[in-house]
Amino acid sequence: MPFIPHTEHDIQAMLAAIGAPSIDALFDEIPAALRNGKLTKVPTALSEMEINRLMQERAEADGRYLNFIGAGAYEHHIPAAVWQITTRGEFYSAYTPYQAEASQGTLQLIYEYQTMMASLTGLDVSNASLYDGGSGLAEAVLMAVRAHKGAARVLMPRTVSPVYRAVVRGIVKNQLIEIIELDYDPATGTTPVPTADMGDFAALVVSQPNFFGALEEVDTLTDWAHAHGARVIALVNPTSLALLKAPGQWGAKGADIAVGEGQPLGAPLSSGGPYYGFMTCKQELVRQMPGRIVGRTVDLDGKPGFALTLQAREQHIRRSKATSNICTNQGLVVTASTIYMSLLGPEGLKRVAAASHANTRVLLEKLSAIAGVKRVFSAHCFHEAVIQIDAPAGEVLRALQAQGILGGYDLSGHYPELGNAILVCATETKTAADLDLYAQQLARILSKRREAPPCAYKS
Amino acid sequence: MLIFEHSRPGRAAHAQMPEHAADVSDLPAHLMRTDAPRLPEASEMDVVRHYTRLSQKNFSIDTQFYPLGSCTMKYNPRACNSLAMLPQFLARHPHAPAETGQGFLASMYELQEILKDVTGMAGVSMAPMAGAQGEFAGVSMIRAYHDARNDHARREIIVPNAAHGTNPATAVMCGYTVREIPTDREGDVDLEALRAAVGPHTAGLMLTNPSTLGVFEKKIQDIQKIVHDAGGLLYYDGANLNAILGRVKPGDMGFDVIHMNLHKTFSTPHGGGGPGAGPVGVSERLLPFMPVPVVTHDKGRYRLLVEADIPQSIGRMSANNGNAGVLLRAYIYARMLGAEGMHRVADFATLNANYLLAELKKAGFDIAFPTRRASHEFIITLKKLKDETGVTAMDFAKRLLDYGYHAPTTYFPLLVPECLLIEPTETESMETLDGFITAMKTILAEARSNPDLVKGAPYTQPVRRLDDVKAARELDLVWKR
Ligand SMILES: Cc1ncc(COP(=O)(O)O)c(C=O)c1O
Repeated sequence: MPFIPHTEHDIQAMLAAIGAPSIDALFDEIPAALRNGKLTKVPTALSEMEINRLMQERAEADGRYLNFIGAGAYEHHIPAAVWQITTRGEFYSAYTPYQAEASQGTLQLIYEYQTMMASLTGLDVSNASLYDGGSGLAEAVLMAVRAHKGAARVLMPRTVSPVYRAVVRGIVKNQLIEIIELDYDPATGTTPVPTADMGDFAALVVSQPNFFGALEEVDTLTDWAHAHGARVIALVNPTSLALLKAPGQWGAKGADIAVGEGQPLGAPLSSGGPYYGFMTCKQELVRQMPGRIVGRTVDLDGKPGFALTLQAREQHIRRSKATSNICTNQGLVVTASTIYMSLLGPEGLKRVAAASHANTRVLLEKLSAIAGVKRVFSAHCFHEAVIQIDAPAGEVLRALQAQGILGGYDLSGHYPELGNAILVCATETKTAADLDLYAQQLARILSKRREAPPCAYKS
Repeated sequence: MLIFEHSRPGRAAHAQMPEHAADVSDLPAHLMRTDAPRLPEASEMDVVRHYTRLSQKNFSIDTQFYPLGSCTMKYNPRACNSLAMLPQFLARHPHAPAETGQGFLASMYELQEILKDVTGMAGVSMAPMAGAQGEFAGVSMIRAYHDARNDHARREIIVPNAAHGTNPATAVMCGYTVREIPTDREGDVDLEALRAAVGPHTAGLMLTNPSTLGVFEKKIQDIQKIVHDAGGLLYYDGANLNAILGRVKPGDMGFDVIHMNLHKTFSTPHGGGGPGAGPVGVSERLLPFMPVPVVTHDKGRYRLLVEADIPQSIGRMSANNGNAGVLLRAYIYARMLGAEGMHRVADFATLNANYLLAELKKAGFDIAFPTRRASHEFIITLKKLKDETGVTAMDFAKRLLDYGYHAPTTYFPLLVPECLLIEPTETESMETLDGFITAMKTILAEARSNPDLVKGAPYTQPVRRLDDVKAARELDLVWKR
């Protein structure tokens, strides 16, 4: 019996101890009419050898591509040690560290993680993770509204990822929070300081870099929001923070809450998850934070140790008055991230960020030299940018895919006003040859399209 | 020692970073960072050794019996991890087109079908990333259903007082008020209280079955009728699905919506706190509201259904399609069990729980619901022991650590005083259970002969009992040099 150790002898001895005639008898409190749980669509069991074969075949069917898509999930080199240590049984198969004395490994690791994230974002405190960047942003919106004594309104630039905005709407709408979208400057691709009267609002979200990869004028936006009595939620890429100004240093007083997707710090792309959402904030907001938090304390002998703390914010204590319903978080991915950040260190993370920026810059130069390709926005970018092509974006991306290249994220669905626009990204994982290959293939595809009438064109 | 204390200026793991620092002088100075973030400066071996040693300070399923009630700490088969981490699966971008992920999507589709069969529901969406997010999706669907019928008076969600904290917290996140109803002496929902509570204001009832008290809710059919007759919907908290896998289907009990915790029943790892996966199953009438994405299959191709395909969907739970890698692990587990193995899960989880219950009862422990069968878990209460000796459930739990057993869940559910909620799972052998029983008896004797010994526990862990009050009063959440 897979994963069940009982021998026939054990079963009989256990039933005898219970005083039950059979295992069936143990279910006798279930109303007879309901006892028909028979599974009809679950296939029969596979041995490990058989499932190996099946999954290898499926993985091979998925293949490998040269990837230039970013749009919220980024391909970076992950040191071998990261997941080898993370998947040690002691981390992998432990529960939430509620029994602190038997969970010092996980607890200390989270404390170290909190320290790293607080420093990276320039803020005072960090929690132990939320589900992902999108739901993390929703939690930040809820948190800012709770902390604000006035209107339940939040300003959300359209330069924030459209999927994040969708997640936020879905999560906060039932609490009657109004999300007001701010348009972007079509020349720069960044969010101008609003000139109209926005009324009372709890927070302004500022995405750095924004979804277009462009760098926002974070200082002016932050000071403007603070001048209007609102808080600032910084939505940031953690890799970029090795180079870019930390949210805690934005403007005169610094952003109040920072959130983002933790995936770039050591989590594989993996079709979308598991990733994690990080959240840090100013000390004054710590009691409004959702999620678990680890604190350092001492034991009976005065020896330092770690424990979950401020649990009175959480659902298992506060129930309907909790700051969030979150319970299980993304702990194992945080474990990977902590090891990743330790292995890279300040210099390594900075080099990764710089190489990603430089690769993207080179890619943009190469691509915009191609006839029919131009850059769309004038603002500086980090490791992603928008290009416009003179052919249907979807078709061109499919033609690139046929050459083994995933050429970027098609923006025409979410931003139809940008025409045939593609968001492209080149992290430190791309070599000069990779960048050349992309440029050559794009040039070839576009020129072929121009030569052949579109109706005759087949990718 | 913290990783930061291993740090030395100028040290680094050079193999792990680009060889040169690329020029970034094109970026505007006023947007740049001027200080270095506090990340450790350490060699690769320093880091490997530090975190390996930290791991050794944890209890885990791979090293200890972990009978944590409500959490289903069963063995996590290693193949589930190694196969979910095949390089092609790891490398696939969430926005890569469906054609580049047919192997992955086929696995997702089949898992979705397996979960439908297991729960007896009409549709399944695997978008939610944990149980609580599944609850959020489920209650949001209840709300969307009533709203679509212009039934806006339904503002209240009913939860039994034994419910997990995520239930009331979720209802509030969905804009509802919460009404708690009591439990009767047998551990079932108090039907009179339920009848009195329902009405045109009732949006739904959230129920765990078997309940968090470790018993099967015998009057489920009456409960179902009372709630449905009042126009409310029935939510099933699937945290305890392990107890009924292949025995009873929530759909047959009349539930309209259910979440599953794949990190419990489908054996994906808890990872020291997460990640999990909390798929939701729905009845016919909630199909139009399912969260996206949902995997579909037509003309031999798999693809994701999105907002445009399910226009009344409650929306997206995550930016990137949920915890895909966790779902892969659950799929692999399900295929290794097969139908026959899944039927065995509830059988042996229940056998183990009832065996432990019987033996602990013989050893003199007070069972919270002595007239009932255990489901896959059960509760003992140490109220009398505390009154006699001063030894609390927490003391008892800490002493178990000294004997090499992770403690059962303590002080949950809140309505049983000094409780231990014990869930052995099906993957533990009789010898392991016997060892645990011996430790329980030993501690019981210690509590009577030398209560201070138990109150001072643990003695064998990396630290002794920690000062939680100090942790909360003198907040030290990040390290300062
Ligand atoms: C009964 C019950 N409901 C809900 C949950 C919440 O699930 P999760 O932790 O996956 O969010 C849990 C587990 O923690 C539980 O035991």
